[in-house]
Amino acid sequence: MTGTMIEQRKKIHPHKFTLWVGIGSILMMFAGLTSAYIVKRSQASWLMLEIPIIFWYSTAAILASSVTVHLALRAMKQRELMTYRRWLVVTAVLGVLFLVLQIAGFMQFEAKDIRLIGAGSNASYSFLLAISGLHGLHVLGGVIALVVITIRAISSSVRNYNTVPLEIVATYWHFVDLLWIYLFIFFNWMK
Amino acid sequence: MSSETITHGHAAAASVHSHDSHEAHGHDHHHEESFLTKYVFSTDHKMIGKQFLITGIIWAIIGGLFSVLFRLQLGYPEMTFPFLEDLFGKWAAGGRITNEFYYALVTMHGTILVFFVLTAGLSGTFANILIPLQIGARDMASGFLNMLSYWFFFLASVVMFASLFIQTGPASGGWTIYPPLSALGQASEGSKLGMDFWLISMALFIVSSLLGGLNYISTILNLRTKGMSMTRLPLTMWAIFFTAVLGVLSFPVLLSGAVLLLFDRNLGTSFYLSEIVVKGEILPNEGGSAILFQHLFWFLGHPEVYIILLPAMGMVSEILSVNSRKPIFGYLAMVGSLFAIAILAFLVWAHHMFVTGLNPFLGAFFVLLTLLIAVPSAIKVFNWLTTIWRGNIRFTPGMLFAIGFVSLFISGGLTGIFLGNSTLDIHLHDTYFVIAHFHIVMGVASFFGMFAGVYHWFPKMYGRYLNNTMAYIHFWVTLVGAYLIFWPMHYSGLAGMPRRYTDWSNWQSFNQFQGMNSFISTVAMIVFAVQLLFVFNFFYSIFKGRKVKDQNPWGANTLEWTTPINPGHGNWPGDIPEVHRWAYDYGKDGREFIPQTEPVGAHESKH
Repeated sequence: MTGTMIEQRKKIHPHKFTLWVGIGSILMMFAGLTSAYIVKRSQASWLMLEIPIIFWYSTAAILASSVTVHLALRAMKQRELMTYRRWLVVTAVLGVLFLVLQIAGFMQFEAKDIRLIGAGSNASYSFLLAISGLHGLHVLGGVIALVVITIRAISSSVRNYNTVPLEIVATYWHFVDLLWIYLFIFFNWMK
Repeated sequence: MSSETITHGHAAAASVHSHDSHEAHGHDHHHEESFLTKYVFSTDHKMIGKQFLITGIIWAIIGGLFSVLFRLQLGYPEMTFPFLEDLFGKWAAGGRITNEFYYALVTMHGTILVFFVLTAGLSGTFANILIPLQIGARDMASGFLNMLSYWFFFLASVVMFASLFIQTGPASGGWTIYPPLSALGQASEGSKLGMDFWLISMALFIVSSLLGGLNYISTILNLRTKGMSMTRLPLTMWAIFFTAVLGVLSFPVLLSGAVLLLFDRNLGTSFYLSEIVVKGEILPNEGGSAILFQHLFWFLGHPEVYIILLPAMGMVSEILSVNSRKPIFGYLAMVGSLFAIAILAFLVWAHHMFVTGLNPFLGAFFVLLTLLIAVPSAIKVFNWLTTIWRGNIRFTPGMLFAIGFVSLFISGGLTGIFLGNSTLDIHLHDTYFVIAHFHIVMGVASFFGMFAGVYHWFPKMYGRYLNNTMAYIHFWVTLVGAYLIFWPMHYSGLAGMPRRYTDWSNWQSFNQFQGMNSFISTVAMIVFAVQLLFVFNFFYSIFKGRKVKDQNPWGANTLEWTTPINPGHGNWPGDIPEVHRWAYDYGKDGREFIPQTEPVGAHESKH
């Protein structure tokens, strides 16, 4: 048992490794943005952020999607293809729900007469939009990957038990989830 | 010891992963290749490397030509050149380059040379060609991502090239695109559509270098052949590895900076803009900080210098050792100093911003960290010199360019010590002293590393040699020319002559340098012509060069010379060779060289 564990550890798939390096790279991008935010926050004319309640719902949605993608992966490893497909679809739907809720959240600012862009906008809210928007694009990338995998799983006539593509997508999905949790805490803490 | 076992595991995974069929059938039998899959949408690392190289050469001609054009203006301000008006119309009305166009040329010269030639053209080329060949892999970890990396670069090139032809001209705010100038379309012609093209092109470019960098790191760490431990890697691999790490960690930060700039330009936000009046119009933006952009930009911008330089350093180390027939001096010190440079690269960015109003107390730390770079740099120079010291030197063109690299790196590095001091920088910033410094140490030196690499590995790339006579003319004219162009600039720079001016003829303090400026421009034209000779040599030799007859023409130890003269997709027709020793057993136990594939003998001395 331990022997096979070590065997598996040695053979980290090169594509998985590439993903981890890529995650490091994406992290640097958000590290750059959040440090720019911190620098900007200490300067004059900074507005305190008011974060609408709807962002809590979107946070819940993306957290739930991390659970479902994990269930999908487990189902695949146990070769329960029907369950696996179902959880994949649920994950993708939750991902889309997250994006819709985010956009709805930004719509609410307009109702409160807070400008995110254009004349009269303040850098604090523009930052919120730019950073969350870039995060949203990364989620969208994950959704597309999920859709591709789901279509492959449904349309392929050959049964494929290769877990690597799903493992890669699942890792990425957990990453964008954690990234959002980090950003959400960051925005609430560093208003 | 544990790292050894891990290496073997990776190697096994690697050979299973890539091109199983080749091992059984040999390389001539793999799937049918059409013209399109072989030369255009290729996933073969060697073809992708050549694509990067040739695209880089085309960009180098364009970028170099731009410098010749603005040198015409600087060298002969009183003359008119009617052919310029024929070529550029309103941009060179009356045969003189307009101020707007001068800025556009300078900006494009910088952008093209820094990013498209010395980043994509240099590390894109040699990382792709050399990594699988030198670590013993059939291809990159992901051939598909690798192909995407080239095609994103190609798209970036198309967008940047298109920006040269739009009505308001290309971006003209300098390659550093500082806001507010770059953020406001009304501020200058080049800040209109040209700037958007610039940003889009750079975003594509960043995607390209990230995809490439991910692949390089993953390949070097995971796909090494059996026996190729990290400490047996040739120094080219270490250098490319650190280059890729720098790129993967710093380019995303530039992307963040560029995204915020796009917001400011197109969505009316105020990240970088505050209390600005343009042409009598008061802008609504407030609360932004232009310095913020400089922090984000230079956090990439400084590592970018080493992204350009490190691959050249790695190739020079390899070429010096091979052609001196001596082991590299201080292998681990070389790796260590590469590592130190990579770390320091992230800690010195604010030395580009000493005069922006940076807190002098903070500046003191950046001075210290900047000057610390002298330590690993000196280690490298010392080791290069001791490597060729009393060596049995063969002056091949590649070797000459490698020696030229060391010379230029010393000359340009020394002036870095001046500029790294914040007090001296008050006088020297934005003068020709800075121009001279970075052109020698980063521009010309890296070009020399690149030329060294092209001359040395051309036989591997095309199975033919470059013409030696043309190569020697190329080397001597370029070396002498580079010093004649940039050495005098130190003097005018120390006298305070500022950069970014099209004409000093009415400026009493500096029109004394007119004669020198004309001289520099003349030399620049000659040097440019000789680069065209190299380009001719390159393309001529691909088809008509002397054929390589020997599998290992330089008598080198590394794995790329164990492949057939024209390796197919998959590199080795049979099994991938196993490695038994480091790459630098030259002149050992009375033998001229011992390839890495040869097992260690029972009575062999230790290196």
